[in-house]
Amino acid sequence: MTFKINFKNIPTHIVLILVSIISIFPFVWLLSTSLKGSGENIFAYPPTLIPKDFTFANYTGVWHRVDLMRYFINSMIVAGGTVLLNLILSSLAGYPLARMEFKGKKITFFAILATIMIPFQAIMLPVYLITLKLHLVDSVSDTMGFIGLIMPFAVSAFGIFLMRQAFLTIPREMEEAAIVDGCNVFQVFWKVILPMVKPSLAVLAIFTFIGSWGEFLWPSIVLTKESMFTLPVGVNNLQGMFSSNWRFIAAGSIIATIPIIIFFLAMQKYFISGENEGAVKG
Amino acid sequence: MLKYYGKTAPYLFLLPAAVILVIFFFIPFFQTFYLSFFDYSNDIYNAGFTGLKNYISILHNPVFYKVLWNTILYLVVAVPILAIFPLLVAILINQKIRGITLYKILIYLPVIVSIVVAAIAFKWLYAQDGILNYFMQVLHLPAIGWLTDPKYAIYSVIILTIWKGIGYYMMIYLAALMSVPKELYEACEIDGAGFWKKHLTVTVPHIMPTIALVTTISSISAMKIFAEIYVMTKGGPLNSTKTIVYYIYEKAFENLDLGIASAMAVILLVIVMAFSLVNILCFERRKYDI
Repeated sequence: MTFKINFKNIPTHIVLILVSIISIFPFVWLLSTSLKGSGENIFAYPPTLIPKDFTFANYTGVWHRVDLMRYFINSMIVAGGTVLLNLILSSLAGYPLARMEFKGKKITFFAILATIMIPFQAIMLPVYLITLKLHLVDSVSDTMGFIGLIMPFAVSAFGIFLMRQAFLTIPREMEEAAIVDGCNVFQVFWKVILPMVKPSLAVLAIFTFIGSWGEFLWPSIVLTKESMFTLPVGVNNLQGMFSSNWRFIAAGSIIATIPIIIFFLAMQKYFISGENEGAVKG
Repeated sequence: MLKYYGKTAPYLFLLPAAVILVIFFFIPFFQTFYLSFFDYSNDIYNAGFTGLKNYISILHNPVFYKVLWNTILYLVVAVPILAIFPLLVAILINQKIRGITLYKILIYLPVIVSIVVAAIAFKWLYAQDGILNYFMQVLHLPAIGWLTDPKYAIYSVIILTIWKGIGYYMMIYLAALMSVPKELYEACEIDGAGFWKKHLTVTVPHIMPTIALVTTISSISAMKIFAEIYVMTKGGPLNSTKTIVYYIYEKAFENLDLGIASAMAVILLVIVMAFSLVNILCFERRKYDI
């Protein structure tokens, strides 16, 4: 076997390696800081990437002082609930838009499209007032708090249109066969149509999950109790708790990042295959 | 095809989504306009109708122009870089070379990681005695107050936004590059065109719609910046990093001046909706099938 180096590609590799290093360096430096013991100056010049006083003490320290597990569970509840509702509501709403004729279809279509143009950031105040009015806040109860975190993001125009496109690709004969077999419209939808759009449901689930998992603005508006914090809110709060203890802040941030990195690596083909471009909200 | 659904079926299917969209999108949308005509500055429970006074007071507030200027800085600095640099990276990655998947994973990583963690990581890089100032020292440059000097703070935040967006826009460009016919490149190579000439004459004209798409969506997200500011600078120093959304947040949830916050939100709404309209009508027609 001959190992051939293609010299023509070397400049390409150099540039890509540089971009890769820039992409991960902030995390690497955070990781390095999180592993440095109190015997080592984290502001030392020149900086050391490999810890001299290597320790996991910052991790155990932050783990004991901050209920990161609670934040993780809260994030799972919110992201899980948001994904589930998006799958159900988007496919339900996408189906008639793809397949049925009804009065007001055009208006419905454009009304949904219009919501794409409305940034949440501009309407967050009335959304908050409405959420308060509906008692969907953590001061009422934890359950209501979770519902309040989920509901404004329970469905999106993006999801509805994604599912509509998926339904459009299914041949109509599928429905006809099911109707001949005696299914009603809901059975057709549930038993015949939905199983055929599993790939689109997976895409919707994954991108909704990522969006919900990283959401910061809304939870930081509505949450009042520390026990309800999601990971992003909890991680931001580390700054206040350990004002200048960067070892602890770094360790907490790294712990909070592990779940999403595992998720990303497990699902990487959905992100980097190039087929689902433009799916994560910016 | 035989009609297999009743008259009410389509509405039943649409109902759950409609309820959510009405409660959490349409009502708040109109309420934003409504609230912007009321004065909450004296008594939050007893707001009086003031007409356009909130808008006038915003127009007389120097902070508004600072906030607007910061947004414009974002548009003129971050957007062009995000439109061009990820394209270069995508062109390099779109070749048959080793390690492509690894490169893609590493460059996409910042997109996946929470903006809060990313902002904390950058805050640590930007620390006064931090690693970036060490590099400055190595280069015989003076140390910079990356987040504490009003001259530089906004650029430090912009750098984070750019860094977090590269992988995202790179993937959009990669998908577009796949559609460029290979024969065109072959013809180019026969003509003896080099790397730059090849891509300037074939790639760029071919994916112009995608470049425009990236420009509009990165502009829209630039106008919605919040978390970076909240985590790193809280709008300071001296309002030098305050963005529209952060300003709305501050007015609404810290100063409880709902009228001013809503008037500001209306301004944001109008700008973002104009950009979105262009985006949908010009570049995403196919996606929504209109």
